[in-house]
Amino acid sequence: MASNHKHGDPLPETVLRVKSLESLLIEKGLVEAEALDALIDRYENKVGPKNGAKVVARAWVDAAYRERLLADASSAVAEFGFTGAQGEELIAVENTDKVHNVVVCTLCSCYPWPVLGLPPVWYKSAPYRARVVREPRKVLEEFGTQLPQSREVRVWDSTAETRYLVVPKRPVGTEGMDEEALAGLVNRDSMIGTREADSPAMVEGV
Amino acid sequence: MDGVHDMGGMHGMGPVEPEENEPVFHADWEKRMFAMNNAISAVGVRNLDESRHARERMDPATYLGSSYYEIWLDGLVRILSEKGMISEEELSGTVEPKPVSTPRPALKAEDVDAVMNKGGNYLTEDGKPARFKVGDKVRAKNIHPMGHTRLPRYARGHVGEIVADYGPHIFPDASAAGKSDPQPLYSVKFASTEIWGPDGTEGDYIYIDLWDDYLEAVGDVA
Repeated sequence: MASNHKHGDPLPETVLRVKSLESLLIEKGLVEAEALDALIDRYENKVGPKNGAKVVARAWVDAAYRERLLADASSAVAEFGFTGAQGEELIAVENTDKVHNVVVCTLCSCYPWPVLGLPPVWYKSAPYRARVVREPRKVLEEFGTQLPQSREVRVWDSTAETRYLVVPKRPVGTEGMDEEALAGLVNRDSMIGTREADSPAMVEGV
Repeated sequence: MDGVHDMGGMHGMGPVEPEENEPVFHADWEKRMFAMNNAISAVGVRNLDESRHARERMDPATYLGSSYYEIWLDGLVRILSEKGMISEEELSGTVEPKPVSTPRPALKAEDVDAVMNKGGNYLTEDGKPARFKVGDKVRAKNIHPMGHTRLPRYARGHVGEIVADYGPHIFPDASAAGKSDPQPLYSVKFASTEIWGPDGTEGDYIYIDLWDDYLEAVGDVA
């Protein structure tokens, strides 16, 4: 079975080999354990999809910001202090009533770290990488996202150092909500393009 | 190289299986693997494309059955071994680790945020002149390089339209071989039906970032 997405059950050799590799790299002065801890902390606790959600919510409420984001996403996102590795050249693509965007990296696992953090396992898996370029509508249906036939689907394959952020459609019934509350509706997958943003009712658990 | 990593359009991979409330890492070894692969970039012994090409050369059957951090483990050991930084004997503890010298020192914990906030730079000042402009129809070349390439197999031979010129960028095929050959990078739009024929969907598109050398004017002989 072509899993390519299994986790949690690595071979004991894998765990041992990672330990041996870390010891060796430290002994050779190629990495420092404290730097590894700091990298893990950064991507486990500081940099994640909450960053992207703030960007999207701002674009929903501030027309001038939305324009800056669509014209030059790297600069617009840097206004929040979100910059750097795996997001040096960011492009924001906006979902509308006419167009739905979805992002993939068919060749490896490229993903916009500064705004979304590290990719989920399914994004890096063979099924997603193989299928979303060929049958995006079917893959989206499996995520619960039904698109009308009239809506154009654009699949963005991240083959270069360009990284794509989807700006999902603002859900209906959110007219009175402020930016912070709106950010709570912007789920990670909506910024990859496999889902829509949450509706206020979903978030309240109704 | 035409490897199993180049998955766009393949059949038989099964359903996409999203995990509810997925944690950033699933185990401690994944954390360490992620961090090592990033931290080691600081010492300057291998670049991004060499790193990717090392992962692509994993045994294909093993690649398909591995999680992504297992692929990173294989790739990092492979490239560091090829660069003479480590050996299997050192890893297994059968010989004493030999000292190595590197262009730059190891990453310090206090520099992690600054280094990661800065990131890399793949856009270059100069490069080969652009052969195409926005609006041009182009064909992705039918080429099969043995080395690293970022021209996906599913696009080769197909006609698309240049929709953006991102400026001169380091060319990955050259970069994986220790060179840079900067040249224009474009966003190229392909109709789903151009790539998948009647199995595609009329009115849907695939956008692929492609370098100048991957493209030819429509009508050119390859």
